[in-house]
Amino acid sequence: MRAALAILRKDLRIEWRTKESLSSLIVLGVLLLVALAVAYDPTPETAPTLAPAVLWATFVFTGLLGIQRGFLVERENDCLAGLLGAPIDPAAIFAGKLAANLVLLAAMQAIVVPLVGLFLHVDLAASVGGLLVVLLLGNLGFAALATLFAAIAVRTRAREVLLPVLLLPLLVPLLIGAVKATEHVMTGGLAGARDALGVLVAFDVIFTVAGWLLFTYVVRD
Amino acid sequence: MAAPPIRAEKVVRRFGGVAVLAGVDLTVEAGELVVLLGANGAGKTTLLRVLATLLRPSDGRLELFGVDVRLRKAETLRRVGYVGHESACYPDLTGAENLAFYAGLYDVPDAATRVAELLTWAGLDGAARRPVRVYSRGMQQRLALARAMLHAPDLLILDEPFSGLDPAGQTALDARLLALRTAGHAIVLSTHDVARAAPLATRTVVLHGGRIAWSGAGAADPVVLARTYDDLTRGRS
Repeated sequence: MRAALAILRKDLRIEWRTKESLSSLIVLGVLLLVALAVAYDPTPETAPTLAPAVLWATFVFTGLLGIQRGFLVERENDCLAGLLGAPIDPAAIFAGKLAANLVLLAAMQAIVVPLVGLFLHVDLAASVGGLLVVLLLGNLGFAALATLFAAIAVRTRAREVLLPVLLLPLLVPLLIGAVKATEHVMTGGLAGARDALGVLVAFDVIFTVAGWLLFTYVVRD
Repeated sequence: MAAPPIRAEKVVRRFGGVAVLAGVDLTVEAGELVVLLGANGAGKTTLLRVLATLLRPSDGRLELFGVDVRLRKAETLRRVGYVGHESACYPDLTGAENLAFYAGLYDVPDAATRVAELLTWAGLDGAARRPVRVYSRGMQQRLALARAMLHAPDLLILDEPFSGLDPAGQTALDARLLALRTAGHAIVLSTHDVARAAPLATRTVVLHGGRIAWSGAGAADPVVLARTYDDLTRGRS
């Protein structure tokens, strides 16, 4: 746990200093949001059904970029060798990177989510509690899977293409669950989202445990 | 009797079917400084990365301090320090922050004092608060060496440690390696600088074609060593 916290602190310090990932994520997130809002031009009636899909499509594409960048930090100067040679469980590297990715996603969403309300004319104030629960569960599953696959992709030459190709098919259950849960939360509250939240919880458990157990095999040659 | 820091038996490492290491047998005792020579592509870096547990052997047996490397025991890794071709230091952290980060991972006691001590040894006091991104190649190499020595490892594995160092840095490293060797630490280093390596070595090993082609005990005569090395790497022996 101490090693995971050290890696989290190190990643956040680098991000605080460079602001490279967060600024890219926010810019891309806002651009995607504007493009989708302009393309669909939703009415107040259609907005609650459209907003969840726009929201999660934006998160997935921006999140992919941010999580990939998180591993490029380890590739520069072969820093990953420094971590792998240290007397720590490789699972602690996974936990540290996962935690850093969750912080990054949350920071990006703190900017993008209010803009969704603005551009798509959705009243988010009424559903903010439920929305936070869905975002938390969706982010954990997405970040766990993406962290694991980013560790694989970063060692390949075609990493920019490989990560989405590997990740997107596996993300389908999470995306369906997250979009449905968000839609329920925006239209009726958390109670109606129970089944979709169940999918998210199951996805989170499976891929967090899988990442924890498999990370050691994917990062070592 | 304590187990040797390194015991490698018929270690093979393949990349896509090509055996870069084709059965290396090497035992390194405490207090030994083994200099590894070999032409480009001989397998030096691969062997050092295998010894540092960064690459898994495809075949054969490798023990560090009597423990099979496949177990990756934290107590074993804590006794190993490694410097590769790159510094393993984060460019956007300062030199001091990098060392402090690794000191945390290795549970170095009184880390702040140890970091300051090694920054002074590396001649990086003045640059300690600057990001590594602005360091020269030589400064990065000094920092990498300081990082590898941070936890006072019993086994130091160095891949071309003199590369990028200025004469003062090379002399400081010579002195440090000799002091560590005398104190009973085991050191394995690769180099192409035969003249510099010869006086340091308790044993010299030439790697050729993924195997140990020649091994000589003691601080070899640099001229003889250079000729042997040249013969082997040109394939005349």
